[in-house]
Amino acid sequence: MARKKIREYDSKRLIKEHYKRISGSELPIRSAQITESTDLNELVQNEPWLSSEKLVVKPDMLFGKRGKSGLVALNLDFSQVTAFVKERLGKEVEMGGCKGPITTFIVEPFIPHNEEFYLNIVSERLGNSISFSECGGIEIEENWDKVKTIFVPTGVSLTSEVCAPLVATLPLEVKSVIEEFVKVIFALFLDLDFTFLEMNPFTLVNGSPYPLDMRGELDDTATFKNFKKWGNIEFPLPFGRVMSPTESFVHGLDEKTSASLKFTVLNPKGRIWTMVAGGGASVIYADTVGDLGYASELGNYAEYSGAPNEDEVLQYARVVIDCATADPDGRKRALVVGGGIANFTDVAATFNGIIRALKEKESKLKAARMHIYVRRGGPNYQKGLAKMRLLGEEIGIPIEVYGPEATMTGICKQAIECISAAA
Amino acid sequence: MATGQIFSKTTQALFYNYKQLPIQRMLDFDFLCGRETPSVAGIINPGAEGFQKLFFGQEEIAIPVHSTIEAACAAHPTADVFINFASYRSAAASSMSALKQPTIRVIAIIAEGVPESDTKQLIAFARANNKIVIGPATVGGIQAGAFKIGDTAGTIDNIIQCKLYRPGSVGFVSKSGGMSNELYNTIARVTDGLYEGIAIGGDVFPGSTLSDHVLRFNNIPQIKMIVVLGELGGRDEYSLVEALKQGKISKPVVAWVSGTCARLFKSEVQFGHAGAKSGGEMESAQAKNQALREAGAAVPDSYEAFEGAIKQTFDQLAEEGKIAPVKEFTPPQIPEDLNSAIKSGKVRAPTHIISTISDDRGEEPCYAGVPMSSIIEQGFGVGDVISLLWFKRSLPRYCTHFIEICVMLCADHGPCVSGAHNTIVTARAGKDLVSSLVAGLLTIGPRFGGAIDDAARYFKDAYDRNLTAYEFVESMKKKGIRVPGIGHRIKRGDNRDKRVELLQEFARTHFPSVKYMEYAVQVETYTLSKANNLVLNVDGAIGSLFLDLLSGSGMFTKQEIDEIVGIGYLNGLFVLARSIGLIG
Repeated sequence: MARKKIREYDSKRLIKEHYKRISGSELPIRSAQITESTDLNELVQNEPWLSSEKLVVKPDMLFGKRGKSGLVALNLDFSQVTAFVKERLGKEVEMGGCKGPITTFIVEPFIPHNEEFYLNIVSERLGNSISFSECGGIEIEENWDKVKTIFVPTGVSLTSEVCAPLVATLPLEVKSVIEEFVKVIFALFLDLDFTFLEMNPFTLVNGSPYPLDMRGELDDTATFKNFKKWGNIEFPLPFGRVMSPTESFVHGLDEKTSASLKFTVLNPKGRIWTMVAGGGASVIYADTVGDLGYASELGNYAEYSGAPNEDEVLQYARVVIDCATADPDGRKRALVVGGGIANFTDVAATFNGIIRALKEKESKLKAARMHIYVRRGGPNYQKGLAKMRLLGEEIGIPIEVYGPEATMTGICKQAIECISAAA
Repeated sequence: MATGQIFSKTTQALFYNYKQLPIQRMLDFDFLCGRETPSVAGIINPGAEGFQKLFFGQEEIAIPVHSTIEAACAAHPTADVFINFASYRSAAASSMSALKQPTIRVIAIIAEGVPESDTKQLIAFARANNKIVIGPATVGGIQAGAFKIGDTAGTIDNIIQCKLYRPGSVGFVSKSGGMSNELYNTIARVTDGLYEGIAIGGDVFPGSTLSDHVLRFNNIPQIKMIVVLGELGGRDEYSLVEALKQGKISKPVVAWVSGTCARLFKSEVQFGHAGAKSGGEMESAQAKNQALREAGAAVPDSYEAFEGAIKQTFDQLAEEGKIAPVKEFTPPQIPEDLNSAIKSGKVRAPTHIISTISDDRGEEPCYAGVPMSSIIEQGFGVGDVISLLWFKRSLPRYCTHFIEICVMLCADHGPCVSGAHNTIVTARAGKDLVSSLVAGLLTIGPRFGGAIDDAARYFKDAYDRNLTAYEFVESMKKKGIRVPGIGHRIKRGDNRDKRVELLQEFARTHFPSVKYMEYAVQVETYTLSKANNLVLNVDGAIGSLFLDLLSGSGMFTKQEIDEIVGIGYLNGLFVLARSIGLIG
């Protein structure tokens, strides 16, 4: 599913591993990763420089501005690094409004330096843009006017001529080194299916480029071409996205099937819950509840699509219903089983799984005073809708059922009316 | 891009990767619209050539199948649309070869998960060569009454419901394929119908963009208003904003960008579509809706009010007299497919074959009602499987063990028997395994191996009629029939067939009754008195013991036993067993 951020450790690992293949020369990056499961003795054995050199340590959690937030420690020995990590591992921090625990650190040699260069490559629709500046580092935003950008259209190679605007003002003694470095990194960017890459800063060590800080994003749809080159790559969740057990259960289901099953709890105490077919429609249902002024009552975002089989839908629906019916408080709740008009998904077949789950959870639904609103169209929808209506009679739960004759999000309005009506 | 119409009522496509359903749906749409030619000219199925039978209305037509894109383009030079149903792994490469064909003008890529860098190559090539890419990750698009890509617009019922068989006045473009079908319905409800609808696909970099198609719609005279459904993520909507601001779009635009709910999520969120990712403020649904509104598009406050906004714009155009009345007609009835008619309970069809032994319709296959898992878990053997599939019942273990012993004993008997000889000769002549095996098996009959049934038949008949061994043998002699199951080329009275001894020993230990075998022994005793080579041979032993098995187990009625003996089941045992040896 598209562009995924990767850890700094992995960005550097990929650049180091493939630099030689592309350019013929080594890039002497050294870095190590520490997580909860790291055996520190083994790590030092494999990376002996850890015990012989001064080090830098920082969280490797896909968030930036670590220097500014005092999360980077410089010029430590390994025991100090261990202490730094111990103090912070698993501790929650807040970055840009997102809270989450720090689980991963990156440790590198401490490299005293003067020059701080900035390099950034971004994939765009018609090519890639490359930005470069001699004034990199944590003040880059203040020095944004010094950043030079070129656009390399798809299929055009990065010749010295194309590259010239970036490096034209560099002193002669570093110009060719940096130009060569930019060219190799650009080649790596294309070769490894990066969609975003930033070095802020990179510096020169004994005249050779050395990235100090790096961010990267890969196109994970290219996994099938790159699994060898990428090696054991991790695509961590965005920082602050901690999955509840129910969410990770659905995430697990999603990973195992070719269909798509998504579930995010927005407000566990919310009284409007959704279970919507289709990537486009599911977003619109959540939008509509919010746009009609009831964002605070929206319990979740949920999407199923790509023709999941009956059993997958059953397991998925159980989770949604369990969350929707948790901790009854005597007030009415609404479950929106929505969807657009399917192109080719068999509606009756996917509804079977939902109906089985609803039957199983009859008493929980009643305890939560759940009202169910259904809207769907597409192949075999008449049969699916008829089964839903029958279910309402059978288990004695209020179910309102609509087909393509009704608007798609009309049931959002009804759900809102239901929960706001006097008990 | 820009310029106008890309499809017409005579547009024909090449369809890559044979998929029966979407092609049939295209042809049904064609028939509904009153097209004279089917919209699929040819199919490309790598590695296959020939024809595929499909329906064009009531008539069955054969659509040519080609093994390469080049061959298909050469054979159908007027087909200028390429519909690519390849997997995400191969979609990019096949799309690029299609784009390189001079006859191809438009390609639609259905697969979701095509790498971004590959799509970018396609975009660059298409731009440089003035071609159009729709998708990836899309259902396609439709020009009402003219041409439809693959599964677009779903079922025939839906197409009729949305009046997509004839053109209206609305141009529609969205990212989502699922939502496009929903909007066709909405548009049909509140306007005179769709003219053309395109789903550009949910990827970060679609082959063609929302604004590409809006600008194109602006150049199509029949389109009077444009409906756009955007999505959070990316900046495509801003090129539309620019175009509106620059006055490049003269027709009213009604737009909605979905994803306003993204702000409810605490961390960065990736929705179902690859491109639908919360990024900076600029890429939010709220900002895009606001920008579109400011640029002059009609933008409602929520999706729920979208339909109303479309209606309002259309009604105003109608009031201004800008809408020409649509020519209505009743589309022809499409004959229903047997499968869907059966599914909906309208018709029934007789089955061609009845299988009473195995059933593969459930979660796991069953042999005579016993699921595969219990066959494996209970440690059943080949004998048990034969018992289930041949006799349709679970025989006791001693019986199935006996069947296995028979198979093992008859598996081979050296190179000099006719079956082995023929197999060897056939194999030497350079023929394949199956031919060699069959050559050997075809020699099985009364002279070789096939005496089991005859032995059982005659022994049973004689025993049941209470004939003594003497009466039986002599009556056979009178009829000029050799007693089957008696006699051996080499074995003698003082040098019995070891296999026969083993079978008899097993039966005496395990069978509740061995009356037929004892009868066979009496017959043997008599024949041995006539000649030393008239021993009970392995066919006779199996034949007589099988009679004991059938009658002694108490699991077969008399009628069933007669039938089993009558139709030659027991020779099947020999065929099965000897196949093992012949293959070896």
